[in-house]
Amino acid sequence: MPQVDLQNVEPLLEQYEDRRTNLIPILQEVQDTYRYLPQDVLKRISKKLKVPLTDVYQVATFYRCFSLVPRGKHVIQVCLGTACHVRGAPRVLDRILRDLKMAGPGTSSDLQFTVETVRCIGCCGLAPVARVDNTNTHPHLTQAKVPGLIKKYSEKADEHKTVKADEASHAKA
Amino acid sequence: MQKLKSPHELKELRLCLEASETARPCISVCAGSGCKASGADNVIASIRRELDKRELSGTIDLKSTGCHGFCEKGPVMIIWPDKIFYNGATQSDANEIVNSALADHGHKKPVEKLLYKDPNTGERVLHEDDVPFYARQKRVLFGNNGKLDPKDIRDYIKVGGYTALAKVLSEFTREQVVEDVKRSGLRGRGGAGFPTGVKWEALRKSTTRPRYIICNADEGDPGAFMDRSLLEGNPHSVLEGIIIGGYALEAAEAFVYVRAEYPLAVEHLAIAIQQAEKAGLLGENILGSKFSFKVHLVQGAGAFVCGEETALIASIEGRVGEPHPRPPFPVQKGLWGKPTVINNVKTWASVPVIINKGADWYASIGTERSKGTMVFSLVGKINNTGLVEVPMGITLREMIYQIGGGVPKGKKLKAIQIGGPSGGCIPANMIDLPIDYEALTQAGSMMGSGGMVVMDEDTCMVDVARYFMEFLEEESCGKCFPCREGTQVLRDILNRISQGKGTEDDLELLDDAGWMIKETSLCGLGQTAPNPVLSTLRYFRDEYVAHIHDKKCPAKVCKELIVYEIDETICDGCHACVRVCATESILGEKKKPHTIDSGKCIKCGACIEVCQPKAVLVH
Repeated sequence: MPQVDLQNVEPLLEQYEDRRTNLIPILQEVQDTYRYLPQDVLKRISKKLKVPLTDVYQVATFYRCFSLVPRGKHVIQVCLGTACHVRGAPRVLDRILRDLKMAGPGTSSDLQFTVETVRCIGCCGLAPVARVDNTNTHPHLTQAKVPGLIKKYSEKADEHKTVKADEASHAKA
Repeated sequence: MQKLKSPHELKELRLCLEASETARPCISVCAGSGCKASGADNVIASIRRELDKRELSGTIDLKSTGCHGFCEKGPVMIIWPDKIFYNGATQSDANEIVNSALADHGHKKPVEKLLYKDPNTGERVLHEDDVPFYARQKRVLFGNNGKLDPKDIRDYIKVGGYTALAKVLSEFTREQVVEDVKRSGLRGRGGAGFPTGVKWEALRKSTTRPRYIICNADEGDPGAFMDRSLLEGNPHSVLEGIIIGGYALEAAEAFVYVRAEYPLAVEHLAIAIQQAEKAGLLGENILGSKFSFKVHLVQGAGAFVCGEETALIASIEGRVGEPHPRPPFPVQKGLWGKPTVINNVKTWASVPVIINKGADWYASIGTERSKGTMVFSLVGKINNTGLVEVPMGITLREMIYQIGGGVPKGKKLKAIQIGGPSGGCIPANMIDLPIDYEALTQAGSMMGSGGMVVMDEDTCMVDVARYFMEFLEEESCGKCFPCREGTQVLRDILNRISQGKGTEDDLELLDDAGWMIKETSLCGLGQTAPNPVLSTLRYFRDEYVAHIHDKKCPAKVCKELIVYEIDETICDGCHACVRVCATESILGEKKKPHTIDSGKCIKCGACIEVCQPKAVLVH
């Protein structure tokens, strides 16, 4: 598991009063920052809010939004709401998993993609749909559209990588 | 915007905004989640570029509004003041759209191809009001969605927003507000249908302070998205209702609990709260009165059970969303142990309407015991998918055929699933059933929050029941035994049946276990969880029997009971299916009829998707 820089956590925690009611909002922000909830951060939160670590862990594992292991660069949420279900979403999901060589929903071994199922993102009129990175909704999906969808984000991911590599080489120079 | 210090100042502002309204044409494009997914943002950007290029930005207004409801046809837009309705626009249409908005009255030439085409008559329809999808609706809550920019409070004020709040603060006692809500007959729109006024009255009896208000926007039912659309499209209407509630109930603070899956609703509501605070409509001394009130936005973290009120309260408190037994009800002991009123998004949005138009007006809509309008999301196997707002008492037939435009591809209607996972399936032969709380409950379904999923002959009812049980088993919080274990048992039996391994005894077991879970579960989730199973058993027993006895899935859905085959007389050997087959199970040379190796076929359906002559058959 990657080393986590706890320094980023402090300014994040500063924004919140040390109250139990802020536990979930804090966990949400940590999840957004790190794409998962690192163990050390959970310990820090527990200490700061004076909430027992078991309670923090209980909340972190109860809600679907949180993950204790790193998520992929791109999160594909396949909607399995009722409308999507009756319009063929399970087949689209199967195809995505097959194309990414994954046995079931989860994160691909190269950490590029996380495939999740969600129960309704409220775009039933366009069923079946999948949403990528919480913002891009892809309507009226068919199996035939899946390879294009995956390619789109693979390329983006690659671009991202190149930019980062460039930055790194600049920094070195 | 300046802080408003009295109801009078609000009125002045409204008159001023009305006066500044010119006869300028306005293109208002739906930018709700649905239309965004269909490319609304690009269409808006290209219209903007077109206006800038032709230096027309001062001549034509362009507005991104909330959801217009007709998601199927997105992106949709209205050209004001003529109310011309366009659907399915793309970026390349920008030029023509601007042209059509520009022309003088009477000389307007609408863009023919963007007008709605009536599938029955083939004729194009010009005005929004004449599109059959809209014509039969009564849009009390959603009517303003197409008119206003949800990120601009001035738009809401212009159409009369916050007048109900001003009226209440200057003319009503707190008791009068509660009395009006009670007299209107408004019932909770979240599902259970408890009379709102009665709930409010119960809270007012409590002497404990402080009191809290919660708006339940944890719209978890799959297939339902009206709360999202209302928060996205007209957040101030919900906010105004909550503030009025705060006044009537002498509450200190309110919390709006929004699902994490709805980022746009969260964004728009946050902006609305900020703007209302700046305008003096929230915060200290609202409109110069002695009434002060705060509204907080809380995001859910993905748990269906948090739609249940006691679980939702636990979640706001920073705990796991596990329900607790009632009584005590939240009005007695709610958030942090204090009296709390919790109502659904649409319930809150109905309050300003009741104050403005009067309790009697509201009570005149609907049936004897179900008043007002109800918003449904009409989805599934239906031509006109989208959000519809109708008066209570309308029949399912009117909903499906007149508003919804019937079932696509000439298929036969089989059932209508109402009320999400807690609801049940109503068979096609009961289509003349009126929509009201009691009638639906009697039929073995429930109003729920208003999800309405239409199912045709290609939908397998055993599969639907299995789908809901899988969902509920996953979402059961695990606190009480009947729900935790019972949903697993039901799911396992249904899995068995759909795999052709069911026995006659299974049907009895489903029924018995179903009733046991219903009667012994702790909260609403478990108490209604068996509904999809019990209602399909009641109306579609023959389908269960076909799976068990004949080992056949009549709708050809359940994978273990079907076989894929290619009709050699139809197949033209185009190879399209061979290219998409993931398991290389389609054999045959090009231009010669193909065959499927059923041993390798995983029944994914990819070949059916691409086969033009429709030679792939399912048995």
